[in-house]
Amino acid sequence: MSAKASDSRLPVAKTYKIYIGGKFPRTESGRYYALRDGDGDVIANVCQGSRKDFREAVVAARAAFGGWSSASAYLRGQILYRIGEMLEGRRAQFVTELTQQGVKAKKAEAEVDASIDRLVYFAGWADKYQQVFSAVNPVSSSHFNFSVLEPTGVVGILAPQGSGLLGLVSNIAPAIVGGNTCIALASETRPLCAISFAEVLESSDVPAGVVNILTGSSAELAEHFASHMDVNAIVYCDDADGEGTQIQELAAGNIKRVIARVGLNWKDDSNENPYLIADTQETKTTWHPIGR
Amino acid sequence: MSSTKLSFDGGWEYAPAPQDTSHISLDDRYGLFIGGEFVEPSDGRYFDTINPATEQSLASVASAGDKDIDRAVRAARKAYEGPWSKMSAGDRGKYLFRIARMLQERSREFAVIESLDGGKPIRESRDIDIPLSAAHFFYYAGWADKLDYAFPGRDARPLGVAGQVIPWNFPLLMAAWKIAPALACGNTVVLKPAETTPLTALKLAELVRDAGLPPGVVNIVTGAGETGAALVNHPGVDKVAFTGSTAVGRAIQKSLAGTNKKYTLELGGKAANVIFADAAIDQAVEGIVNGIFFNQGHVCCAGSRLLVQESVADEVIQKLKDRMQTLIVGDPLDKNTDIGAINSKAQLERIESYLGLGREEGAEMYQGGSATPETGYWCRPTLFTGVSQSNRIVQEEIFGPVLAIQTFRTLEEALTKANNTPYGLSGGVWTDKGAKIFKMTQQVRAGVVWANTFNKFDPTSPFGGYKESGVGREGGLHGLSAYVSLEAGQ
Repeated sequence: MSAKASDSRLPVAKTYKIYIGGKFPRTESGRYYALRDGDGDVIANVCQGSRKDFREAVVAARAAFGGWSSASAYLRGQILYRIGEMLEGRRAQFVTELTQQGVKAKKAEAEVDASIDRLVYFAGWADKYQQVFSAVNPVSSSHFNFSVLEPTGVVGILAPQGSGLLGLVSNIAPAIVGGNTCIALASETRPLCAISFAEVLESSDVPAGVVNILTGSSAELAEHFASHMDVNAIVYCDDADGEGTQIQELAAGNIKRVIARVGLNWKDDSNENPYLIADTQETKTTWHPIGR
Repeated sequence: MSSTKLSFDGGWEYAPAPQDTSHISLDDRYGLFIGGEFVEPSDGRYFDTINPATEQSLASVASAGDKDIDRAVRAARKAYEGPWSKMSAGDRGKYLFRIARMLQERSREFAVIESLDGGKPIRESRDIDIPLSAAHFFYYAGWADKLDYAFPGRDARPLGVAGQVIPWNFPLLMAAWKIAPALACGNTVVLKPAETTPLTALKLAELVRDAGLPPGVVNIVTGAGETGAALVNHPGVDKVAFTGSTAVGRAIQKSLAGTNKKYTLELGGKAANVIFADAAIDQAVEGIVNGIFFNQGHVCCAGSRLLVQESVADEVIQKLKDRMQTLIVGDPLDKNTDIGAINSKAQLERIESYLGLGREEGAEMYQGGSATPETGYWCRPTLFTGVSQSNRIVQEEIFGPVLAIQTFRTLEEALTKANNTPYGLSGGVWTDKGAKIFKMTQQVRAGVVWANTFNKFDPTSPFGGYKESGVGREGGLHGLSAYVSLEAGQ
């Protein structure tokens, strides 16, 4: 399996797990799918995550929401930056994994670099987007009135199939920098970096449950992401076989916010702007009388 | 209890103070306002709109079918592609300013018609609904040529034709909330008022015509739910804006799946109004009354759950009951009236079913207010004590003058109870401690939070819900984003 034997030493292959509530279990279902390289050799037996895995991840994400959403913006920014630092330190591993999954070396390097830079980009927004999007509203009556952004809550992310690391990072970063917690379903065809990224998260001071990462089939799990009553928003990045329409229909069950990021070129700088943070934010307006 | 009972009446009886209605003009029959003129509905169907205080018909109103909706959407498209998008943004704003001014000039007429058609007290329609409607047009008028400054780094572009469906609780105000930002951003609209309160929207259509707006920029189509569904589902609509129940909002969100229509939904609520022991109790009691009895409780953001700290619960409830005794229920056109008519027979039946349900669930009911008239639809101000969190009258939106009262001991318990609902539209907190205010207003999961006040609205102030109370915001700078697409800036 995995890394091929060289002449001198038999390498130790990694067991790829899923990431729920800061822990690395295999799927409760016991199911797997074999990920193969271009030669047809097995690289890994990847967890075929189940509905139950997802539901447990939602519980973990909800439990983490209170603490993470009230963490200071400075702290959230530093933690996102720390993720970037940790990823930089393990750059070679991610390049290797991407190439194992069929990405050419140069492109793999560019993807890892862009992922690190994107984390740093969003880290810097943590204590700034509020100032861009909040307002003091000049109401006519004798009240002090202001509007601020607050995180929507638990966000489900169906990460893009075509971009195993950068696509995942580009969707997780804007959600969590704004204080949301999330459950991401990794690319089914390029899942390895997602799980290694979970290991990066685990060593980056990201509190348990803030990011949960599953592997498995989007065709199977998308409907559960879209219909779960304790998920507040869903982000999807592919629209194969009318999946997007199904997601939108099911999302109506609890008036989920639906964010479609379909057909994007994840390398493009257009994926770096604060409106991506605002996508999973709510505006709260507070009134107080002015008087004696 | 240490506090003394407040005396509100001073020993005087209120003489009737009816609002004069002689200066209003209503036609016997209203067609559909499409392409700048009133037209007959294609299949000739009309329905009556009823004064809920007298059960008498006020006018006959057209029922728009699929063909009419198609005609209205085409008219709106033609206006969008024609004069409205070619006009300078400054001129677009000037038309909106003009509407605001003309509404102010005719405000009393609109207030009277609003109270006649919907049953709300003239004091509210005169002092709140109509002035706020005019203010909304005035506010958004000024945005029309300043959109470049609203969205840093983005290029804001209009969406096209907006299909807008509004409720019966604030008929003209909801029309203003919908039409003003849509037009300011360069869209054209087809608006459907609620079937029980179409008249002020039709009067607004007259006003829009008098203001000289290009034909088709504003279209008003009347009818019931199926008319609204036809509008929402018309393929020529680019954007849907709906205010109403969560059940209908859910159906709309579902029906829009797979279309590229943008939508905003402003849905139901079950707001908690939280009274701490250190609050100014008499002010808080007024806030509770305003929170739940304003507009007969037909308010999505009403403070329909009272959470009162245990140590002051007896005092607050007694004072509330005393205050409720003084509320005048009756003729909406009487300037003394506090609580007008329930909007429709159907809504009265719904409220009454909840009153029965509350008692069946074991809660204790108390009703205040004056005796109600013989004819018309009325509900006296009502509170329930002895309710638990799982009771349906605690969980479900009643949309009437019905308050469910619970107690709490700690701030954490109040927060847990306040947030224990699928809704998240609004909330209230009453305390003299600043730190406690910020703790509560930060932690309540709702789009609007009133501290030491309740049910205040302003065109500059964004409004809208968390969770199942809706998607998007209306009002203020934030309300603009519902009516534009944001393209990458230059």
